Amino acid sequence: MLTLIKDTLTSQVVTLWRVFSHLWVKADTVEYPDEQPYMFPRWRGRIILSRDPDGEERCVACNLCAVACPVDCIALQKTEDEEGRWYPEFFRINFSRCIMCGFCEEACPTNAIQLTPDFEMAEYKRQDMVWEKEDLLIDGTGKYHDYNFYRVAGKKIGGKDKGEAQNEAVPVNVRSLLP
Amino acid sequence: MTFEVGSGLSIGAILATVILVAAMLIWVERRLLSFWQERLGPNRVGPFGLLQVVADMIKIFTKEDWVPPFADKFSFVLAPAIIMTVILMSFSVIPFAPGVGVVDSNIGVLFVLAMASLGAYSVMLGGLSSDNKYALLGALRAAAQMISYEVFMGISILGVVALSGTFNLREIVLAQEANGWYVIPQFIGFVIFLIAGVAESHRLPFDIPEAEQEICAGYHTEYSGMKFGMFFVGEYLGLVLISSLITVLFFGGWLGPAFLPPIFWFALKAFMFIAFFILLRAAIPRPRYDQLMSYGWLFLLPVSLLNLLITGVIILSTS
Amino acid sequence: MAKIVIDGVEYEVNPDNNLLQECLSQGLDLPYFCWHPSMGSVGACRQCAVKQYRDADDKEGMLVMACMTPVTDGAIISIEDEGAKSFRSDVVESLMISHPHDCPVCEEGGECHLQDMTLMSGHNYRRYDKKKRTHRNQYLGPFINHEMNRCITCYRCVRYYGDYAGGTDLSAQASHHHVYFGRHEEGVLESEFSGNLVEVCPTGVFTDKAFSENYSRKWDLQTAPSVCVGCSVGCNTAPGERYGSLRRIVNRYNSEVNGYFLCDRGRFGFDFVNNRDRLLEPVQRVDNTGELLADDQVKAVIKEFAASGTIGIGSPRASNESNFALRAMVGEENYYAGYSDAEHESMQVILGLASDASFHSPSVREIESADAVLILGEDVTNVAPRIALALRQSVRNKAKELADESRIPQWQDAAVRELAQHERSPLSILSPAVSRLDDVASDRVIESLPNVVAMGYQIANKISSSAPSAGASSENDEVIEKIAAQLKAAKRPLIIAGNSNGGDVIKAAANIARALHDESGKSVIDLCLLVPEVNSVGMGLMANSANSLGIALEKLASGEAKRVVVLENDLYRRAAKGQVDAALSKAEKVLVLDQLPSATTANADVILPATAFSEHEATYINYEGRAQLSFQVHQCQKQAQPSWRWICDAKHVDDLVERCCSEAPGFSRLREVLPGENPFVAGMKVPRQSHRYSGRTAMTANVSVHEPKQMEDEESIMSFSMEGMPAQKDASVHASSWAPKWNSNQSISKFQDEVNGELKQGHVGCLLIEREDSSDSYFEPAVDSIEPSAKQLRLVYSYQIFGSDELSARSKPIQARMTDAYIGLSPEDAEDRGLRQGDVATINPLGAPVVVCIRTGIKAGTALLHCGDGKISPADFSGLIEVEKSAAQSTIRGIGNLIVSDFQEEEISS
Repeated sequence: MLTLIKDTLTSQVVTLWRVFSHLWVKADTVEYPDEQPYMFPRWRGRIILSRDPDGEERCVACNLCAVACPVDCIALQKTEDEEGRWYPEFFRINFSRCIMCGFCEEACPTNAIQLTPDFEMAEYKRQDMVWEKEDLLIDGTGKYHDYNFYRVAGKKIGGKDKGEAQNEAVPVNVRSLLP
Repeated sequence: MTFEVGSGLSIGAILATVILVAAMLIWVERRLLSFWQERLGPNRVGPFGLLQVVADMIKIFTKEDWVPPFADKFSFVLAPAIIMTVILMSFSVIPFAPGVGVVDSNIGVLFVLAMASLGAYSVMLGGLSSDNKYALLGALRAAAQMISYEVFMGISILGVVALSGTFNLREIVLAQEANGWYVIPQFIGFVIFLIAGVAESHRLPFDIPEAEQEICAGYHTEYSGMKFGMFFVGEYLGLVLISSLITVLFFGGWLGPAFLPPIFWFALKAFMFIAFFILLRAAIPRPRYDQLMSYGWLFLLPVSLLNLLITGVIILSTS
Repeated sequence: MAKIVIDGVEYEVNPDNNLLQECLSQGLDLPYFCWHPSMGSVGACRQCAVKQYRDADDKEGMLVMACMTPVTDGAIISIEDEGAKSFRSDVVESLMISHPHDCPVCEEGGECHLQDMTLMSGHNYRRYDKKKRTHRNQYLGPFINHEMNRCITCYRCVRYYGDYAGGTDLSAQASHHHVYFGRHEEGVLESEFSGNLVEVCPTGVFTDKAFSENYSRKWDLQTAPSVCVGCSVGCNTAPGERYGSLRRIVNRYNSEVNGYFLCDRGRFGFDFVNNRDRLLEPVQRVDNTGELLADDQVKAVIKEFAASGTIGIGSPRASNESNFALRAMVGEENYYAGYSDAEHESMQVILGLASDASFHSPSVREIESADAVLILGEDVTNVAPRIALALRQSVRNKAKELADESRIPQWQDAAVRELAQHERSPLSILSPAVSRLDDVASDRVIESLPNVVAMGYQIANKISSSAPSAGASSENDEVIEKIAAQLKAAKRPLIIAGNSNGGDVIKAAANIARALHDESGKSVIDLCLLVPEVNSVGMGLMANSANSLGIALEKLASGEAKRVVVLENDLYRRAAKGQVDAALSKAEKVLVLDQLPSATTANADVILPATAFSEHEATYINYEGRAQLSFQVHQCQKQAQPSWRWICDAKHVDDLVERCCSEAPGFSRLREVLPGENPFVAGMKVPRQSHRYSGRTAMTANVSVHEPKQMEDEESIMSFSMEGMPAQKDASVHASSWAPKWNSNQSISKFQDEVNGELKQGHVGCLLIEREDSSDSYFEPAVDSIEPSAKQLRLVYSYQIFGSDELSARSKPIQARMTDAYIGLSPEDAEDRGLRQGDVATINPLGAPVVVCIRTGIKAGTALLHCGDGKISPADFSGLIEVEKSAAQSTIRGIGNLIVSDFQEEEISS
C-alpha cells in the first residue's frame, strides 16, 4: 500500500506536473501555409533528376530505381547515344503512387535521383501527377557536387576514351610482346 | 431549507448553459491538450479557433445518420438518448449558487448516484444493439467498470454525508461554510471519488470501454452522425457533472471571497477540475482492463471502507 | 553410385562426375566461372575451391578445385569450411581487380554470373586501389557487343566458340593480365552460333547488341516458355517482352532438343514480331483500297468462306491448331499442303519412312552421341543449324572413347582434347557444294546432285548387297568403300539427309539406313531427315497425300474451286509466279491470314491479321515428329488473333488440340504436350512476370494514371501478372531461369534433376509418330535422264541461315547479315560465261537478276541458287538453267555478308 502511494506520488504525480509544465513551452507547430517551415536539405520530398558536373544527364537508365520502388511507380526505357553513353529515352514517375520512401535515391548508383525538400505537389487532376523526364531534370548537380559516374566507370563514352577514367591504365596493346 | 422549484426560465438557462459548456469543452480540451503537447490545436475557425465547436456541430448534424442494417434499431437509437438524459437529469440537483439550481432535493446525492447507474444501460444497449464484436467487448467492459466503480464512488461520499448529516447537496455546501471544505477531513474520500469519477465517465486513462487502439471505439464503433454526437456530448457532460460534484462535495461549492459573485467561484472550481481531467488525459497512459478491476476491488474498496470507518469513529468520538 | 559427405551430410552421387558438378546437382551453392555444364572443366579460375579431408579424423583437410576433382566413394568435403571460403573470397577479389565500375551501364547487370558469384563468395569491398588495366573493344558485327574491360579471363568464350562451336575467328591474345579475347581484326563474328557467347560469358564482355538497343533488365521482361519458329529443329526459347514489344530471345533448356545453345537465326530472328509493317487489322479490298472490317462483317466473310466451293491452303510455318482449324473449316478433301510440290513429294517419302520401325529419328542430344555420321546432299548448317552444332559434338565421340581407354574422365576437357588431337569420329559429307561442317569432316565429296544420290545408293549396296546400286562412278569408289565400312563398324551410325533438293537423296539415305539395319543386326538405325520449316511435319501429317499445292492452284485456275483461304503463307515462295497469278486472279474471293504483308496478301480480297509466335499458345512438330507446346508471351497490341480463332468457334487451344487428337490421324498423342490440370499449384497460375517486375503503376501512366486491370489469361496455366507460383524447383512451367542467389542463366542447374539432366518443369515434348510396321523394300534408284547441254547448269537450291526463313528475314538484326539473291558458280563455269565475283547475272529462262558468287567448292556444272529474301522463288525454275551476264549493276546487299574466311580458304578474292 505504501509503495503504491509512493509510486503514485513519484510516478503519476510527477508525470502530471511535467506534462502540465509544458504549458509554458513554446509550441513547435509551424503555421503552414501562412509561414513556410524550414525544410532540411535531406528531406524526402519530390524527386529530381540531376546532371553531372559537366552538365550531362546523370541518369544512365540502369533501372535500379524502378526495381527498388516498393509501389512500382517508376518506369523508364534505356537508350544510348552514338558514342555509347546510356540515358533514359523516357523516365516516368507516377507521383500519385509515390510514397516518398527514398529507396530510389538509395538505389541510384549515379546520384541522379535525389529527393528534394519540395512537398507541395497537390493537383486537382491525378493525371497531372505523372511526371516525365523533362519535368524532373534540373540543371544542377543537386546535393552531390562532384560525382560523375562515367569518370569512374570503364565504359567509353564521348569525351572519355578507354583508360581515361579514374584509376585506369592506358589500354593494353595486345600485340606488344613486352611483359 | 424549503423545497424550491426554479422557474421554467432558470431550468432552460441551466440546461442551455450546461450543454453549451459541454460543447465548448471539445474546443477547450483540444486546445489544452495541444498546449501540453507543444502544439497549437484548433486555431483557424474564429478567434483562437473558438468557432471550431460551431464547425464541428455543423459537421456532426449534417453527417449521414446511419443505422447499420444488422443492428437492433430500437435500442440502437435509444442508447445515446439515455446517456444524454440521465446526465442532464443529474444536473437538476446540483446547486450552482444560492438561488441557482433546478430542485433542492433532500436525496440529491442518492439521485446523482442513481442516475449514474442508469448511464450503464446506455453503453450496454449501445454496444449490444450494434451487433459488432468491438462494440460488444466495449459494452462488456463498460458495464463491469461502471458497476464496480459506482460502489467506491458511493462509499467515498458517505464520509461527506456523515459529516454534513444530509443528502441534500445545497445543505452540504452550506455545511462547509461552517466547517471548512470537506476536502481536508475527507481527503481520502476526495481522491477515491476523483478516481471513481474518471472511471464512471470513462475518461482517459480509464477509457477502456472505448480504447481506440484495442477495440476501435468500443461500444460506439457503429455510431455516426448525431447519435455519435450524443455519446460524445454525453461524455463531456459527465465530465462537467463529476467536476461540479467534486466542487460541491469537497470544495465548498460556490463559497469564496465575496468580491466575486458565488456562481463565478463555482465555475472557477469546476473548471479547475475539468482542466485536471484533461491533464490526466494528456499525461497518464491507459492501464490494462484487469489492472483497472483489481485496482478497484483490491485497493479502492478497502481504502474507502477504511475511510468511512475512521470518519465514523471520529464523528462518534467527537460528538 | 558413390557416397560422399559434404559438410556433414551424406549424398549419393555419380562417380563419373567431378565434385563441382555433383555439388550443383545436389542443389548446393558453390561458385564457379570457367566450368560450364556442356563444356567440362579446365580448372582455370580457381573459384570452386573446397576442402577435402583424408578421412573422418582429418581436421585440417586440403584445398582442392571441385571442378578438377573426381568424385570418389567415401570422400569427405566441405564447402562451408572457413579456409575454403576465404580462399574463394580472395580468388574473386583478385578476379575483380580490373573489373570496371560498369554494372549500371552493363547489359548483363541483374543476370550476371560474376555479380552472383562475387556476392556468393563474400567479396563486397574493393581494397585494390591501383590502376585497372583497360582494353579497346572490337566491332563484332550486328549481333554481339564487345566490352573487354569487363573480362575476368575465364576462357569460356574461346572454349565455347572455338572448341565447342568450331569457330575460327575468336581467340585469346597477349599474355598475363593483358589477355584479350577477340578477333585478329575487327569484323563480324563468323560462327552461326556466336549469339551463345552472350549466355556463355559469365559477365558482360559479350552482350546482345540487338537487345541492348531496346534494353530491359531481366526482371522487367515478361517471359513464357516458347519454341523457336526459325527452322524445323524446334529449339526451346524464352522470349522476353516489355512495353508491348518483344525484346530478346534467350535459350530455354530442353535436355532432348537444344540443351544450352541456340543458333543466331533463332536468337536474333524474332524482330519480325515488332515489324512496323505487321498486319494488325482485318481489311477488305474494295476498289483497290483497304477497308477496315467490323466484327459482324468478319463473321459474314467467314460464313461466306465456310460454304462449299472453298479450298484451304495450309502453312508449314503455322501451328497445328491453325492448320487443323482450316482443315476443319474447308473439309479434309479441300485442305491442301502449303509447300511446293517438290517438297510435298519428298515429304510423303519422309512421312512414309517416319512410321517405319527400322529407323529412329534422333533428337539433337542423340545426334551428339552418334559415332559415325553420313550427311547426304544437305547443307545442315544452313537448314537446321542447331543440328550442325550437335554434329560438331558427335565427332568428339572418338576423343571420349580414347579418354575412356586412357582412363581420363570425360569432363577433363583440356586433357581429353590434348589426348585426342585431331582424332575424330567419322563424319562424311557428300554434297554438290562446300558446307560449313567441312572442317570436321573425315571425308567430303563434292559431286553433282545426281552423282551424290548415286553414291548414296552405292554405299547402301556396299553395306548390303541386297540394296540396289546406281550409276557407275569410278573416282569415288575408294571413299564409298571407306564410308560403308565406317558406318558398318559404328556403334551408333547416323544418316542425315533433307528435302531441300527433292526426295531422291532421301530415298538414297533411307536405303543406306535400311542396309545398315539389315546387315548390322541393330534394331533401329538413326535416320535424320531434315525439313525446312517449323511445322513442315505437322502440316505434312495434316494434308492428304494427294492434296498438293499444284492441284489446289489448278482447281482455282480452272474455276472448280471458287474461293480460297490461304493460311499464313506466301504462295509466291511455293509455286511458280505464273501459276499463282492465274489461280488468284481466277478465284472469286481470296482470304489470307498472315502476320506480315507479302506478295500473296497483295492479291487478297480479305486479309485477317494473325498473331506471331510470341502472341499465341500453339503446338509445333519438329523434324523428328516431336510435338512441343509454345506459350503465349505477350498480348498483341491490336486486333490480330491466332489464325484458328478467326476461322473456327473454338475458345481454347486445348479444345482444338483435343479435336485434333480425335479427328486428325497421326495426332492422337498431341494432348500429351498440354500441361493439363496438375500444374496448378494450390489453384495458382504461373506468373509470366518476375517477382521483381517494375514500373507497374507507371508504365501506362502517360496514357492514363488509372492503371488498367491486369490482363487475364483464360487460356493457359500462365498469368499476365506477377501473381501466382513462380518458377521454383517444384513449379510446373519454366519460363525464366532464376533461383535465390542465382540471377543469371546459370541458375538452370537448380531446375535440372542433375546437371545436364532433365528439367522437372520443361516438357521435352512428345514424339507423335508411332513406328509400327517395318517395310523391307529398298527404294529403286530413279533414272535421271536429263543431261544438261553445254550452256546449261544443274540448279541446286541453297539455304542460308540468314535469309532463307521467311519470317526471320524480316528481322532487323538478321537483315544486317543477309545477302541478296545470288548464284553460286564454280570458277570454271564462271569463266566460261565471263562472270566475275559480285557481277550481276540473269538466270534464264526467267530472267531474274542475281549476284554472282564464285566458289571453288562448287561442283562444275552445278549452280547454287540462294533466293535472298524471297524476290525469286525456287519454284520458278526447273532443274536446268542458263546463266548470263546482266547489264544491271545495282544490288542492295550484295554477297558481302557471306563468310569471309571461307573465301580466303578457297583463295578467291571477294
